[in-house]
Parts: sequence; C-alpha cells; structure tokens
Amino acid sequence: MKPTLKKFKKPAHISELPNGTYFEAGHLVTKNAGWRTKRPVIDIQKCKGCLECYLYCPDGVIGKADGKVAIDYDFCKGCGICAKICKFNAIDMEGER
Amino acid sequence: MAKHFLSGNEAFAYGVRLAKPDVISAYPITPQTIVVERLAEMVEDGSLKSEFVHVESEHSALSCAMGASAVGARAFTATSSQGLLYMAECLPYASGGRFPIVMMNANRSTALPWNIYGDQRDSILMLDSGWIQAYAETAQESLDLALLAFYIAEDKRVMTPFMVNLDGFVLTHTYEVVDVPSQDLVEKFLPPYETENMLDMDSPKNLGYSVGPDYNLEFKYLEHIGIQNAAEVIVEAENRFAEVFGRRYTGLVDAYICEDAEYIMITLGTIAGLCRETADLLRAEGIKAGVLRLRYIRPFPNREIGEILKNSKAVGVLEKDISFGNEGTIYTNVNSALYKAGLDVPSYNFIGGLGGRDISKENIKKAYEHIINGGKKVNFIGLEVNAYE
Repeated sequence: MKPTLKKFKKPAHISELPNGTYFEAGHLVTKNAGWRTKRPVIDIQKCKGCLECYLYCPDGVIGKADGKVAIDYDFCKGCGICAKICKFNAIDMEGER
Repeated sequence: MAKHFLSGNEAFAYGVRLAKPDVISAYPITPQTIVVERLAEMVEDGSLKSEFVHVESEHSALSCAMGASAVGARAFTATSSQGLLYMAECLPYASGGRFPIVMMNANRSTALPWNIYGDQRDSILMLDSGWIQAYAETAQESLDLALLAFYIAEDKRVMTPFMVNLDGFVLTHTYEVVDVPSQDLVEKFLPPYETENMLDMDSPKNLGYSVGPDYNLEFKYLEHIGIQNAAEVIVEAENRFAEVFGRRYTGLVDAYICEDAEYIMITLGTIAGLCRETADLLRAEGIKAGVLRLRYIRPFPNREIGEILKNSKAVGVLEKDISFGNEGTIYTNVNSALYKAGLDVPSYNFIGGLGGRDISKENIKKAYEHIINGGKKVNFIGLEVNAYE
C-alpha cells in the first residue's frame, strides 16, 4: 500500500517519541522530491496498464488513480527507470523548470 | 537445584542454556572459547533448542545478534579482548537500536604487546558504548548473571544490551561447585521476551532509521534514561531472583565490612576476594579496612559510593586498567561520585594486573598502607623492576 502524506505534530513531551529507532512504517510527514531534474510523464494513450513500471519503481511512487496508472510527484526522484523499462514507450522524461 | 563442578565459562554456558536464547552467534577467542564450545555441544545434543550461527568475525557475531533481536528473538553472543574491539562499531548500534542482547566478555588484555591473559582494558574501553556492564566474581555469580542479564536487559523500562564480564582465566578457567537451578524454577523467574521493537507483518515498522540533528539528542536522552532505569530494575530482578532461587545479590555494589571502615579499597571482578582477605588481616592489626566491589560500572553506582564512603578517611581504587595519559578510568568515575556526594575524601589509584600480572596480598597490603599514609595519587603496583627511583 502506498503511504500518504501525514501532518506532522511536533511532540510536546519526550514520551511521545518512540523509545528507540522503531516506529510505524510509512509514516511520511514531508514531501521528498526536491532534487528531481526530470519528471516522468505517462502518455495515457500509449499506456497498456501492465504496471511493469510499478514493479520497477525503487521508491514505490507509481500506482493507480481513477483506474489509470499515475505517478506521485511528491515522492518521485526522477530516476527514469520507469521510462527505460516501459515496453510501449509510454513514459517520457521531461525537464523540470 | 543440582550441584556441578564448573569453570566460570561453563557456568555461564549453563546459565545461557537455562535462559533459552533463540539465537546464539559467536566467534571463538581465548579465553572465551569454552563458553561457545559448550553451547555448541548443548545445541548438538539437543538440550538447547537455539539457532547456533557460525559467523566469520566478531563484527558479524554482534550484527547477527542484532538481526535476530530485530525479529523479536532472544539473542546471545560472547567475545573477548581484540574480538570486542573488532566488534566495537556494532556496540552503539545495538544500544541505540535498543536491542536487549546479552553478551559475555572474557576480560583480556589488549595488544600491543600481544597478550592473552586477563585485565579489564577491553571492556572499559567500551564503557561509553551504551551497554550495561556487570563484573562477576565467582562461577556461581556468572551463571546467575546470565539469567539476571536477560531479565534486566529485556525490561521495557531498560531495553538496553547487557555485557557480563568474567576475568580471563582467573574466573573463566577456574572450577568451583555451582548450584545449577532447574528449568522449572528458571521459567518462574524469566518471562519470555516480548517487544514492539521488531519486524512484524501485522504491524509493519521502520527499524534502525536515521535521525537528524532535529531529534537525535532526544533519542540519546532516551537511551541514557533506559540505562539509568536499569539501576532500579536490577534491584527488582535480584529481589525476584532471591524469591525464586534463594540466593541474594546486593545491587550495583557489594560492600564488605564497610559500615565502620576508615580505609576502603574499591575494586571490581575477582581480585575483590584477595582484597577482602587483606582487609581481614588489617582488621586483626586494628586497622579499620573495608572493601567495596563494584558489581556494575554502567549504570555507575554514584549514590551507593556516596553513601558507603561518607564516613571513610581515605579510599583506594584498584583496577586492571589504565587510561594512558591520565589515570585508571574507574578512579575517574569514583572521584566524580565522591565530588557529587560532596565528600572531600583523599583517593588513590592503584593500577595493577595488566596483561595477567598477579596482584599479590602483599601488593594489596602495601596499597592499603599507601591509602593510610598518603602519597602519590596514581600508582602502578606490582612492577617487577624499579621504575620509581
């Protein structure tokens, strides 16, 4: 399951912190995509929905929205693996401005 | 209970078997080897149902124990000297990760000059690694500490790895009659290990993550509180231990005729026995001598030292350790305890036993005389050649 962004609540007391380095997995409170120089863009006409890109994505940011394959740009680092492995050339890397 | 004739290493192995760790990972090193040899035999003969992992180094031994702990397993490892130092990177990892691993360390000298005999420089080098450190005096105490260590380390308030130290050869390789408790009694004493600090498919967790400057200090604070909490959990554990097994221990320290003592020798490990004999001899001569054995040095018995030394006239710290360029580390810690307790008691440091050198009764008697008469603060005792004149 793809994690969603949660609102960060600053702990008011030490007891609100985990006792050690263990905490609920996927607890994301900040976006993390700032160093992306190119973004993958899916051409929905070419996409067959095989989801091979979902299997390869090292950051798990590819999923489905409204029945179509979609990329979560809040966490995509722009590595381009999805564009490289797409058998239908449905993903293009476009420069970030 | 059954009586067995066991060495310190063997007694510890018997204690570990009774604690039933899920995973044992170890690499052999003199004088620790026998403890893991015995455990390997116990796994082989079926009397211990542990996963025994042969690793290629001490660094891997503790890494493996951490991995086991991270799936909720009870994990044990053992090492000594150079092995402990090779493992050093992993020690703060285990304590910061709050993995309550138990490790036996056979106290041995550190190279160079290469030497396999006993002193306490190896474990004292690791004093700041965030581990609880206990020092056994007898084979019986070694077995009992194996059980107490798991109880204390795994307590929710503590969650801190635990290092039990046995003086190399003097304790690891000498034999005495040891009471080995029955498995039934041990089950009454030691609960199964339960933790939230583990990989769990039903409740997925992120383990062993990084924490930046924004909250790192808080995590270290929590780690400090955990090991500080061990002081009260040690007392609780020993009370429960006495209820179940009928043997009582005395917390962070073991005081011998200190109530009215004017001159107290503070030490740790097996040499405490000879200090007590010497104190008895001095008492017969009318000198009010006492001995304070530190059973634990992390958490450090600050309060106990302050209370026990409050009426003393002078104290000595006898240790098999030297922080080159300064003094013995136990001496530094004791002086800090004295200062915090507001005690202005003269204290003297006696460094001896390095690289397995015997400390004689005569050495200890001379050290007491030094405490009584005053003199140089930091002294090497038992040097075989004249170094001072």
